[in-house]
Amino acid sequence: MIYEGKKKIWAEYQKEIPEDHYFYVRSCIRQSFFPASEATFLDITRNKLGKDIFETEHHTTCGGIAYHSDAIPQETAMTIIARQFALMKKYGYENYVCSCITSFGLYCETLETWREFPELQQKIAENLWKTCHLEFAKPKFLVHASDLIFKYRMQIAAKSKYKLVNKNTGEPLRVVEHIGCHYSKMFPSKGVGGAEYPYVLVGMIEAWGGQIVDYPERRHCCGFGFRQYFIKSNRGYSLANTHKKFESMEPFKPDMIITNCPGCPYFLDRWQYVIAETEGKTYGQDGHGIPVFTYEEVAGLVMGYDPWDLGLQTHQVSVEPLLDKIGIPYDPAKKYLGKNGKNLGQPEKPHCLK
Amino acid sequence: MIDFGFSVNPSSRINLDAADGEKFHRLAALEPDALKCMACGSCSASCSAAAFEDTSLRRALLSLQNGLSDDAAKLLSHCMLCGKCTMVCPRGINTRHLILSILKIYSL
Repeated sequence: MIYEGKKKIWAEYQKEIPEDHYFYVRSCIRQSFFPASEATFLDITRNKLGKDIFETEHHTTCGGIAYHSDAIPQETAMTIIARQFALMKKYGYENYVCSCITSFGLYCETLETWREFPELQQKIAENLWKTCHLEFAKPKFLVHASDLIFKYRMQIAAKSKYKLVNKNTGEPLRVVEHIGCHYSKMFPSKGVGGAEYPYVLVGMIEAWGGQIVDYPERRHCCGFGFRQYFIKSNRGYSLANTHKKFESMEPFKPDMIITNCPGCPYFLDRWQYVIAETEGKTYGQDGHGIPVFTYEEVAGLVMGYDPWDLGLQTHQVSVEPLLDKIGIPYDPAKKYLGKNGKNLGQPEKPHCLK
Repeated sequence: MIDFGFSVNPSSRINLDAADGEKFHRLAALEPDALKCMACGSCSASCSAAAFEDTSLRRALLSLQNGLSDDAAKLLSHCMLCGKCTMVCPRGINTRHLILSILKIYSL
């Protein structure tokens, strides 16, 4: 009886994720921040795992970045989203997977709004027809790309070349997981594990051999928050959020951070540089920072991709100490070479952060 | 060090374990009205001194409860004891007397 009750309660924290056949939409900012993450996602799912992930060049931003910055109203964002969904239907798909957490949150918000206000849905469908001559559709399943990697985590583990283990000590690496706020804090039922026990990244870390770091500010926002960052005078507030998280995780000596949001890895990575240059404080070992990764980058690392092909040279915090810890080989001479072999140019060294 | 034009905002975290609550307990024993305040802000809105200086009994009481007596001192330092706040308090608190007791107990 008690077991049945627990099962029922826990069912609310589960999420149905179809195995295959997805319409994929990219993020508008991730390709600048973490240039190889989305390409790695497509390569792993399509070529390594043999899944059907379709992408079209006709899709656009979801409008979330403008919506959350108060630049466009909700109905405009909804019409953009309706166009994305219509493209999915046009190409014969029912399952929708998006790369961005903010997009995911906005899609959930839009679908929920349409469910609650059918007359608004009707209006958006009319807007869509008037502007694009596309037929209105809604996805049968909406998932975030990290949900899919979570779903495939054991398949990835089976094909892995490396584990999240310190090769010298044999100990699992201490990994901080950071979930984007828009993943499940707005609509807990839409995320794996809900808002209270988000399991999406924890599942990956456990499957790939790492150990979770549970620290007091684990669920605190990274500080991006759009408006907090876009206006320079508010950036101290954005920075304070990241600072609070790092102060909280520091005593647990994490080896790395893994995230599933476009903004979080960017801010957790770049703000370490700003904190080092303004406060003189670094959080990793020997003056280094704590390297921050997207889940695709970590999946790529355990599967044996070349770190430079994963775009790890674009990170602010150097990743080499972690690669050495795991035992992943890399060629320092190729760090700043582009895909075509040409030198991309070397960034200036920070004063404090190694 | 680089000047980016912004820096880490100071934390507003309050450590109640580190705060000395003994004086507030003494205040509450002497002036039970200190616990009756519902922070409506009528006192601050009607305060003559607040028009010119950062003065607020409402915020001062909150600061005292959080152990921040220095902040409270600043917020009460320009009080002229005119008693207008007593007249507008919806909870009937003798705010003038309360302020005097705060100044006495906290030696402000």
